Amino acid sequence: MTGKSVAEVEAVIKKAEAEHLIVKYKTTINWQKAGEEQVWALIEVKVAPQRDVGFDAVAERIYRFPQARSVYLMSGTYDLAVLIAGKTMHEVADFVSMKLAPLEGVQGTTTHFLLRRYKDDGEILEGGETLHRQPLIL
Amino acid sequence: MSSVDINQILKRRNAVSLRASQLPASGIRKFFDLLSSMEGVISLGVGEPDFVTPWHIREAAIYSLEKGYTMYTSNKGMPELRQALSAYLKSHFGLTYNPDTELLITVGVSEALDLATRAILDPEDEVIISDPSYVAYPACITLAGGVPVAVPTQAETGFRLNAASVESNITRHTKAILLGYPANPTGAVMSRSELIQVCQVAQKHNLLVISDEVYSRLVYGVEHTCLASLPDMKERTILLGGFSKAFAMTGWRVGYAAARPDIIEAMTRIHQYTMLCASITGQVAALEALNNGEKEVQQMVLEYDRRRRFMVKGLNSIGLSCPEPQGAFYCFPSIRSTGLSSEDFAEKLLMEEKVAVVPGSAFGSGGEGHVRCCYATSLPDIEEALKRMGRFVKKLNVQKP
Repeated sequence: MTGKSVAEVEAVIKKAEAEHLIVKYKTTINWQKAGEEQVWALIEVKVAPQRDVGFDAVAERIYRFPQARSVYLMSGTYDLAVLIAGKTMHEVADFVSMKLAPLEGVQGTTTHFLLRRYKDDGEILEGGETLHRQPLIL
Repeated sequence: MSSVDINQILKRRNAVSLRASQLPASGIRKFFDLLSSMEGVISLGVGEPDFVTPWHIREAAIYSLEKGYTMYTSNKGMPELRQALSAYLKSHFGLTYNPDTELLITVGVSEALDLATRAILDPEDEVIISDPSYVAYPACITLAGGVPVAVPTQAETGFRLNAASVESNITRHTKAILLGYPANPTGAVMSRSELIQVCQVAQKHNLLVISDEVYSRLVYGVEHTCLASLPDMKERTILLGGFSKAFAMTGWRVGYAAARPDIIEAMTRIHQYTMLCASITGQVAALEALNNGEKEVQQMVLEYDRRRRFMVKGLNSIGLSCPEPQGAFYCFPSIRSTGLSSEDFAEKLLMEEKVAVVPGSAFGSGGEGHVRCCYATSLPDIEEALKRMGRFVKKLNVQKP
């Protein structure tokens, strides 16, 4: 379909994987539908930048934790946005208060718990569109 | 109403006019009935995109409704839309049309075709069309009082219209040539040089050309040549186009005609009495499509192209010879190897394997021996349909003496 042979396409993919252009293949799961309770929170983190490394050192300290699923440096009223996943609200709260907030350089955190996912990674999770068309049209 | 008995009136005279009763019934009507009672059918019989109109286009229409845009527009269509269309035709085909006098917004290309034939044809005027061709061509010509003259095209020459065949069918009654490339049902695209040859015939015999280019954006690996952009052709061409196929907007019913002022004026006169104007919501959507819809057009074309190559390969591999169609979203494979007529093939395939295709004979006698398979369907469905068709063809071959 691409007009190239299977071997050619495989070679292109292998190269992109090796160069980390393709980072990972992901599956987007509708956890609500799967009945699997998960607690997610977006943590706004205020950070005191450090000489020579800016926010990078604190960011690294945070993203090393497996609980931190995404870490972004932001413009605006806070510095780092951290997405945390846990099994319960307590687990997430404990991580924030015991691991994240006490880190050197972290000046403050604000925790927002995620209540409902409508769209994830470009995919609408509920109530997608169906095609309404006649089976035969000239 | 007690004194008027409609049955009494019907007894005295036929309720249906001669003109209507002489229109050929659609060759696929019985498939509709069959299909509606069946489950698990994969339909390759649909002549429309399987994409929903891009959201920003729908959103623009919704917003216009919220703002109360619910009235008639100018007969010719919203001035903003005609201006945007003029710019679009300029940027895509290098054509300059005056938005005030040379463009008309219609209810789909279907209405534009109806208006064009009615505006130019007098009784017994002949219009040359290719055979096979889209079902509405002969019907619109007949309804306008004209006579369709079908010029056969062959699979061997890719169902492209041959200038010499056109010329040999010209009589003193010939008024116009009606071309529809990229073609429904064959997917054929005419090259620039082939079009020029047909245009030279039109010029030599002083004929008008109606060019239905609704599939102009859906071409693969070749460039679409707009007929009106060829040397000295703008004056004698009625260019018809629309939004349905390129922007996945079939249900909005918006199309257009571009031609010289006297023809647009005549078409507008008929349009104002019969249709008044295209729906304002559709026109708002069309305007958004022209202004911001290009990215989605290109994405859809890429996707159709993938499916096209997949289907062509699949059809050929199951023994249904299918040259590569270069436009629209149809494959038109030969089913001659099965020994069945196209109608029998389509009916048996539907009954035995639950795959719906359209018999080529529905598009004129030149379509016999072929079926139309639309690839505006998801890849998994195309894959499954090909599997079923392969099984069907194999079974037929075993049954052969």
